[in-house]
Formats: sequence, structure tokens, C-alpha cells
Amino acid sequence: MNSLTRWQRPELSTWPGFGRLTDLRDEIDRLFESPLTELARTSNLLSGWNPALDLYEDKDNLYVKVELPGMKREDIDVSLHEGSLSISGERKSEQKHEDAEVYRAERFFGRFQRTVTLPTPVAADKVKAQYKDGILNITLPKTEEAKPKHIDVNVS
Amino acid sequence: MKATMQTEQRPARDVRPTQNYVSPEVNIFETKDGYVLEAEMPGVSKEGLEITLEGNEITIVGHRNNEVVTGTPLFRERALADYRRVFELDPAIDTAKIAAKMDQGVLSLTLPKSERVKPRKIAVD
Repeated sequence: MNSLTRWQRPELSTWPGFGRLTDLRDEIDRLFESPLTELARTSNLLSGWNPALDLYEDKDNLYVKVELPGMKREDIDVSLHEGSLSISGERKSEQKHEDAEVYRAERFFGRFQRTVTLPTPVAADKVKAQYKDGILNITLPKTEEAKPKHIDVNVS
Repeated sequence: MKATMQTEQRPARDVRPTQNYVSPEVNIFETKDGYVLEAEMPGVSKEGLEITLEGNEITIVGHRNNEVVTGTPLFRERALADYRRVFELDPAIDTAKIAAKMDQGVLSLTLPKSERVKPRKIAVD
């Protein structure tokens, strides 16, 4: 590991991968290809952990996927309030190494919260959440009124 | 000397298919017994992990489970690429004893140092 440099907490870095100059070109390519929301997320220097979230919709459900690696199911809180879905929790640093020397500390620990305003009303009692491989998958079934209905057009 | 022109059909650019990878975030610690590396790769299960050791370099590749994406995306922040990162190893690491564990998207690699490199007291006769 002699080629690695000492690393500060992520709050002090403005760029993921800063310091690896050989990957600079790859970083620049990614900069132009990745969605702009990712850029906004990584430039929040002091806001702490902001896990990535995807929102999908089909005619029956809304799907939310949040990347939360290394958490325990009981440390994740999902709540629905007035059309907004709120995901929060705390990732505790498991590491017991007091005598350890830290070379790189890119992972965030601590509290996080993400809130998403849902585009359609959902049936709160039918919401399902599953945590697998570090991804929280939430399925929110739409209420009957919110599902798209086919409307016949009568020509008179 | 007559120069003969050879024309070949050759593409203007190298058309190797490129795979986009995302670099997983890591924490690296060193204790007196060795190193511990934790890499975050949500969406990757044990079967999707590929760890290769070549010389003094270790390459970690995580293939995401192919999730069935139902529905149209309304909002997307996740980078849906596989993970890849390469590290150069301290020659003091005993490569035969490297252990890997995967839990909820976090890979924990334990890289113990070889016995003879650890600080040892030498008795004086």
C-alpha cells in the first residue's frame, strides 16, 4: 500500500477519486456522462452522507431504490407522510480498530435522510420494503384512483 | 523502388467495446496484523464478485445483479455500472492468507502481513 496517500475525511475532498491522476481522464469522461444529479450530490462538501436514490413508475406502482450498503435492517427508517416518502437512518461505524492507522476513509458513516415527494398518491398500508445486497427496494402501490384509466372518446 | 500501396480496411478508431465502471468507495485501515479494506458495492452479491491477484496488484470487480427495472425512471441518481478498483499491495502482505467477506453490499478484505515482517523481539543470549 506504499503508493496510497493519507486520506482525509470525504468532506474535505471535492472530487471522488482525487489523487489518482492516472484515472483523471476516466474521471473527466464520467463527469460528462453521469447524470447531473450525481455531480450535485458529490459537491455537497459538508452535508454528510447523501445516499443515491432512484424513482421509477409503472402503471400500478412506484418504485424507490436507495443505495445503503453496510447497514442493519433495524437501523433504517422508512416513513410516508402526506405524499412524501422519507428514508432515514444511521450507519454506525462497526470498526473496533482503535490502534489502526487509517489510510483511506471514503465511506460515510452517521445519520442520513432522503425525502422524495411522490408524484401520485399511494396506498400506505400496501407499501413493501426489502433490503438486499445493500439496496433498499421500496414498492409503493398506487391508489386505484391514481392508476391511469382508459377513457373512451365518444364522437357525437 | 516502386512503393506499393497497401490499402486495408481498418476502422478509424479502435473499436474495442469499452465497459464503464464505477469506482467503489473504500476504507482502508492498517493494524499490526495486516490491512483491512472495506469496499462499498451495493447491488453486488457474493456471486457477482471477482477478485484477482496479479503480481502485487489486486483487482476488485463487482458485477451488479441484473435488476429487473420495471417502469419508467422518474428520477435517477444511481450509476448503474459495475464496480472496479485496483490496488497496489504492500509487499509485506501474505497473499495466500487474504480473506474476503461480503455483507449487504460491503466487501471486507482482510490482508494479513506475513509473519516474518511483523515486529518481533529478538532475544539476546
